[in-house]
Amino acid sequence: MAITEVERRRGQLAALSIAAVVIIVGVPLWWRTTETYRAWLPVSQIKDLAKLQLHLSADVEVVFARGTVTPEQQKKVPLTQTQDEEHTVDGDLLMQFMILRSQNMKPARSFDSQTFFPEDTTLRYRYETKYRTATIMEEDALKKPTAAEADLSLHMLSESPCGSLVVYVIPESSSLLPEDVNVYIGQRRTALVRISAQMRVGKTLEQLLAQLEPQIKQVLQVMSFSHTDITVALSDRVRFRPGNKESIADSMRAFKSSPGYEITFSLLNPDPKSHQLHWDIEGAVQTYIQPLLTKLSPLANFSMDSQTLYYTMLGVTPRFDSSFEAYTLNADSLAHVINPVEARLGSNAASSNPVLNFLLYVPDIRHSPLYIHDHRKQEVPSNAFHSPRWGGIMVYNVNGFYGSETEFPVHVNINMAKVMGVFLAQLRLLLGVQSLSPPPGFLVAPCGSTGLADWELDRLMWSRSVENIATATTTITSLAQLLDQIGNIVINDNIAQQVSSAVTSLQLAMAELEVGNLGFALQYSKEAILASEKAFFDPSLLHLLYFPDDQKFAIYIPLFLPMCVPILLSMLKIVSEARQRRREKQAKKE
Amino acid sequence: IVVMLASPAVMLALLMLNILIIIHLLSVISQNSAGQFFSSGHTNNWAVLVCTSRFWFNYRHVANTLSVYRSVKRLGIPDSHIVLMLADDMACNHRNPKPATVFSHKNMELNVYGDDVEVDYRGYEVTVENFLRVLTGRLPPSTPRSKRLLSDDRSNILIYLTGHGGNGFLKFQDSEEISNVELADAFEQMWQKRRYNELLFIIDTCQGASMYERFYSPNIMALASSQVGEDSLSHQPDLAIGVHLMDRYTFYMLEFLEDIHPASKTNMNDLFKVCPKSQCVSTPGHRTDLFLRDPGSVLITDFFGSVRKVELTMDAINLTDPIKQMEEDPVNGEEQKEVYSYADQLPVSEIIHQKPKQKDWHPPDGFILGLWTLILLVFFKTYGIKHLKHIF
Repeated sequence: MAITEVERRRGQLAALSIAAVVIIVGVPLWWRTTETYRAWLPVSQIKDLAKLQLHLSADVEVVFARGTVTPEQQKKVPLTQTQDEEHTVDGDLLMQFMILRSQNMKPARSFDSQTFFPEDTTLRYRYETKYRTATIMEEDALKKPTAAEADLSLHMLSESPCGSLVVYVIPESSSLLPEDVNVYIGQRRTALVRISAQMRVGKTLEQLLAQLEPQIKQVLQVMSFSHTDITVALSDRVRFRPGNKESIADSMRAFKSSPGYEITFSLLNPDPKSHQLHWDIEGAVQTYIQPLLTKLSPLANFSMDSQTLYYTMLGVTPRFDSSFEAYTLNADSLAHVINPVEARLGSNAASSNPVLNFLLYVPDIRHSPLYIHDHRKQEVPSNAFHSPRWGGIMVYNVNGFYGSETEFPVHVNINMAKVMGVFLAQLRLLLGVQSLSPPPGFLVAPCGSTGLADWELDRLMWSRSVENIATATTTITSLAQLLDQIGNIVINDNIAQQVSSAVTSLQLAMAELEVGNLGFALQYSKEAILASEKAFFDPSLLHLLYFPDDQKFAIYIPLFLPMCVPILLSMLKIVSEARQRRREKQAKKE
Repeated sequence: IVVMLASPAVMLALLMLNILIIIHLLSVISQNSAGQFFSSGHTNNWAVLVCTSRFWFNYRHVANTLSVYRSVKRLGIPDSHIVLMLADDMACNHRNPKPATVFSHKNMELNVYGDDVEVDYRGYEVTVENFLRVLTGRLPPSTPRSKRLLSDDRSNILIYLTGHGGNGFLKFQDSEEISNVELADAFEQMWQKRRYNELLFIIDTCQGASMYERFYSPNIMALASSQVGEDSLSHQPDLAIGVHLMDRYTFYMLEFLEDIHPASKTNMNDLFKVCPKSQCVSTPGHRTDLFLRDPGSVLITDFFGSVRKVELTMDAINLTDPIKQMEEDPVNGEEQKEVYSYADQLPVSEIIHQKPKQKDWHPPDGFILGLWTLILLVFFKTYGIKHLKHIF
């Protein structure tokens, strides 16, 4: 009996110790070894970023030339004023709609909508206006015969930093501007505003400033950011707000912000037996296109290549129009031209940057000359068309270069200045330089030989910075939401580091925008986008670990059940024996 | 009687009204380009066509995918915008009596393989992981451009899947599955990053409708060849080749697509009517509740073709500088010219005479260890523990 007692005790101890080891050592060990490594992410900062609050600030300097202010008014100048405008743009209506719908549909995972989805965006615009009188050198510059020369000499005197504007107020007697024009917008960051006679007689300075304000506001809308531009740049977050049609068409036409672009120039020669074409593409690119790209280098990197394609026809047969004595392509058939050609264009296999294609098509001798007609059957002067987010095609007729008795093939030198003029205009449109029609009474100077005015560059930088910040914010918040929802994705250290650096860059970019340092803001926003895209598209973030609950049971039960059953049974036996002994003891007592 | 009683004045008024309506319609048709943009909101088209099954008897799945590939190319989408994934090579399979061909119609009427097929993912590269990587964009940096889905927020994407499937899953390569939840999550990630404007999802497998049940992202329209609990059937066998050539749903869908040309105005409601139960035996299904636009206003060419929007260039910039001549280059060019030659492709002598590579030593893995432990235990059990001192 004693032996069985000892053995029974030993059995009980064994069962208890096994159970203890399983619970104290086994379960935590299993938990730690099956958990996925997730590095720490700055989730609270990301949530703060989700409610995007952008503060944009622009510096404007208003300079009064002699003859615009009376001596009493002049005493009060110099003066600084600050104006704030607040706008709230509602969050993505569609997103809210989808959240509500998904809550009704009970998706596989619960959609924690309150934490992360894009909320309303608040925008605050601040214009810091400084008023002062002109210096003697500026007065001399304003005495030049034409507005363009005045603009040039004013630019020589002082160069405004990017993002800022200088507006010169000139008296009515000045002969710089033609009769019906009140405002001249220069190639750099200056504008000339002509004051009208009744504005300055017998008014105090405040009244004068109040009278000038609408015109200055108009100048700001043209040369600096406007609410419509910023809303269009935020189109990721506020997609389904119908703005005005032109701005939406602009946003569809221009390429989205990307760290690099590839530009390809192609010469299409369908008839090499008749035309031997020669184009000095390297020289033309160096002279005409490179200055623009150098100016745009803060925005993105550009790489260029060129090619010549032989025996490539347009996909559409042009019709002969006897009234014009030429072959015509009407605007409706242009849409079908691009696809057959695109199959033949190559692209750089190594990079994933968006590609801008510029094609120069020289029609074959049987279809020369070839003109493009618009909807009203009028000839298009540039003889070119472009496709949004793709590129442009120009038709170059060479039949004027030779008579009918010449020997074929004819050697033709293509006039690259004309060709590049058209391509440059198309490049501007595709990169997002908006061609808005200025308000009445405005004269806009043609952009210089680089193809881009300074204030146009500023506008591009504003909208790019805002777009980059909005896109990076959306990327980071959706990445955080994704990692939150799917608990099985491993978050490596490098991803956490990219996310942290993206968050830091975003905060810095927004701070720089608030102060008005446009160059730094753009640079930080580019860093933010690069880091956020790298984190979001990291190959290690692939979620392939969807286990429905029945599969989890099917995996663990055969492993753990055979082990647990004897332990549980012996536990039960111990408990029942203990209870029985207690009952016997009680019975013995009584 | 009423018509006869109508006075000439009323009839004249009706005629004027008709003319006004016609004029209004004509003016609407010839509107400016800003109006043209708003019909669909997309500027480019992509297609992801996946065949998920291998082995010779699944010839029809490869033929399905290649037929859709042909139609999509014919309607204008270039190869650079198509990601074609074929899990097996039927054209050069040793059981193919007509090598280098894949037929989609019996009596070998239509060879869908041709000589300009560009397959991006082939054979064993077609895995669930690669498919999800293509969709979400999480590819390793070394992936070439042709294997990536480089869509943006204005791209319409057509996704076509075919193979063997079941309730809630699709089988890849006979060894792994993709579930409908994973697919829905992948589409949601695409939406989060705005990788598509609108998505058309077509699936031709058994119980295909289960694959689109779980979608929850906006702007997705889905079509399937059969409902849950039904099998999708194949169309016709070819006695010379010996296997079934196409599936019914895709066959009738292709017949429908043959009538579409790049300028046609057929809309999605017609695509929903393709292959009724009498022809398909299974009931095709579709899902449009996540799609914002009315399916009747969605053109087939919005997804299957690639009709570009076009604007006329009205301005040009006046450039007056003469072209800079590149003077420095001829001098340097001579010095920098290297002479290139082809590298020896197969250095046979090196291969024959090379020494075997030193393989790193790995400790024995679990199976070997377990086996040896078992042998030792059995030994000591049989012969007793006293032999231990002879060993150590």
